[in-house]
Amino acid sequence: MAWTRKLLRVNLTEGTCTSEDLNMQWAQDYLGSRGLATKYLVEETDPMVDPLSPDNKMIMATGPLTGTCASTSGRYTVVTKGALTGAIACSNSGGFFGNEMKNAGWDMVIFEGKSPKPVYLMIENEKATLVDAAHYWGKSCWDTEEGIKAERQDPQIRVASIGVSGEQGVKYACIVNDMDRAAGRSGVGTVMGSKNLKAVAIRGTLGVRVDNPVEFLQATDAGKKVLAENPVTGQGLPTYGTQVLMNVINEMGAMPTRNFKEVQFEGAANISGEKMHEVRADGTKNLVTNAACYGCTIACQRVSTVERTHYTVKDRPQYQGASGGLEYEAAWSLGSECGVDDIEALTFANFICNEQGFDPISFGATVGAAMELFEMGVLTTEHTGGIEMNFGNAKALTDCAELVGKGEGFGKEIGLGSARLCEKYGHPELSMSVKKQEFPAYDARGIQGMGLTYATSNRGACHLRSYTVASEVLGIPEKTDPLETDGKAGLVMAFQDATAAVDASGLCIFTTFAWSLEDIAPQVNAACEGDWSVEKMLEVGERIWTMERQYNLAAGFTGKDDNLPKRLMKDAAKTGPAKGKVSGLDKMLPEYYEIRGWDTNGVPKAETLDRLGLV
Amino acid sequence: MQKALNIDPAKCTGCIQCELACSMEHTGSFNPSKSLIKVFKFHDQGRFVPYTCTQCAEAWCMQACPVDAISMDAINNGAKIVADSVCVGCKVCTIACPFGTINYVPDTGKVAKCDLCGGDPKCATACPTDAITFVDASSTGLEKMRNWAAKTDSGASAQA
Repeated sequence: MAWTRKLLRVNLTEGTCTSEDLNMQWAQDYLGSRGLATKYLVEETDPMVDPLSPDNKMIMATGPLTGTCASTSGRYTVVTKGALTGAIACSNSGGFFGNEMKNAGWDMVIFEGKSPKPVYLMIENEKATLVDAAHYWGKSCWDTEEGIKAERQDPQIRVASIGVSGEQGVKYACIVNDMDRAAGRSGVGTVMGSKNLKAVAIRGTLGVRVDNPVEFLQATDAGKKVLAENPVTGQGLPTYGTQVLMNVINEMGAMPTRNFKEVQFEGAANISGEKMHEVRADGTKNLVTNAACYGCTIACQRVSTVERTHYTVKDRPQYQGASGGLEYEAAWSLGSECGVDDIEALTFANFICNEQGFDPISFGATVGAAMELFEMGVLTTEHTGGIEMNFGNAKALTDCAELVGKGEGFGKEIGLGSARLCEKYGHPELSMSVKKQEFPAYDARGIQGMGLTYATSNRGACHLRSYTVASEVLGIPEKTDPLETDGKAGLVMAFQDATAAVDASGLCIFTTFAWSLEDIAPQVNAACEGDWSVEKMLEVGERIWTMERQYNLAAGFTGKDDNLPKRLMKDAAKTGPAKGKVSGLDKMLPEYYEIRGWDTNGVPKAETLDRLGLV
Repeated sequence: MQKALNIDPAKCTGCIQCELACSMEHTGSFNPSKSLIKVFKFHDQGRFVPYTCTQCAEAWCMQACPVDAISMDAINNGAKIVADSVCVGCKVCTIACPFGTINYVPDTGKVAKCDLCGGDPKCATACPTDAITFVDASSTGLEKMRNWAAKTDSGASAQA
């Protein structure tokens, strides 16, 4: 129960789809989703594989709670070796795709090989078929999703697809489901494109069952009550979305601005959650409504429109309707990171990211790096095809978005990601990334725990591996000083392990603003066979984290890659509460290795691996 | 007192907890495809609308059924109930219903529609935003009236 106990193996080279029993011992050790899929990847692939080679595999996986009535239980994960990073990639998406996979009777789908021609996978419960996708190649995620539903005369099909950017090899292409939800980071869509796999379409009608329904309904009801009564999940997120953070983070001087040259953005209020609620000249607001993913009782999603008179959508009706609006990370990367405070331009650029399937964080941060190179005179209009890439130029941002979406012109350069772009033009130090993945929206000088989070994140710089912002800014579960490094090693480790367990369960990490594992373990325990205590969840989380670390070490990474760009280590914050501060990573990292049970080079010791059953 | 489902689409976030609760109650599993209430998403407009049987007083489905498989449950809020033991799966009711809220179920060979869960509709209990409530059937307009009432100036006299 909870697990369907079946996985679908799709060999794209051979064109075959076969059903296999799920390894239930691994399910007990790795739970599901991020954990279980990574276990399969580790067992079945060579960590040194080229991410874009047919020998790399891509796994779409649900967790045991996916598709149940637990709040936020619609999620699924894409696990592969990342095209952007060359490290373990694990990108998570909401919407309504994960639950559909579960309802079709599959815990996960493993894609291997490479199709000789573009195809999409159609899953109708136990029946899985590879279908010619020549007529969708070159089409956007939006057109592909609508096309498959129309072609098959079934609006209830759920679709996850890549856009043109994924076909064209943009390094941070994502996989978009339900028009505007995405497995966004590390280039999982690029891997999908390399396999000539355009889309996965699913219709599932089998139902998802749990081990103990009565206990499960009680546990999930209790959990929903906690979410409803919590000020962040009950009020802040539904009202402002993650954009509730824009003004908060800016005021504390942790808002990376203009490629991290500054830590506060003078235009923050213009691109904030509050701004999205303001009435525009034409009487409408940017924000149309909030919305929920499958089963989510928080409903943080933004649904927005671009003002119809704005230069980006004028005379382009296809962009005048409502679609997924700005979340904090995208508002930051497209906004303050590029010095742009035109919220309509940011909303439009975000639409294009969803339409053509690329990660707005890496995209915006790469545009930010390109703007710095342009202002230094390293990049010129010769390179950019005439685009004046100055910080603050909204038109440059939206032009780049459209070019990356099509994989054309200067979009090819921006599509490289900041690490490859800056390396190519002789300034690798200007890429604000770890393991070639661009930072999200928290400056490591103003929120010290995030520096350690980024440096040690297994999938490259990321806020979703250990969101210490919760503690350092919001006081969840308890307040720590964001400017202090003491105690952050333990904080980061605790967040990393708990987050891995939550991801593996199939729930959304946003629940943890209100839920601890004390709230989550009873839900997992009622749904699944086995004894799922808080202790076991934490052990599974640590096992997943360490397994990912082992994969990266085998892929050629070392402790030297647990690092931050020089700018964060040497150039002090110029303004705000963190003025004069640099990242104290050097103070935190040795302690982190020690409490992890890793040696001074960041390699897990034999006794640590033994304790976690990873030998 | 007869009660009725009252749906306020403006409050719906599209989370489909109603569909999960409905399918669990009627099939024992979480299965939106088997839910008797459906949430429709109008993506371009950012609108979500839950929709299910309104339990018509003179129900088309009940009138059309050639084998009298559909009856009114007077004790349970006037719900129109399908008797599986009588239904022959002819689907005439699915044609008769102007709203599409009664549908054929291939697995069982019968039709299925909202039965108000025997007087305790699980969709209303599960809805986290009160977009679906189960209220006095004669006062489904009460909240709308209240909202308009709140907009009046307490000092002014009403002009009907």
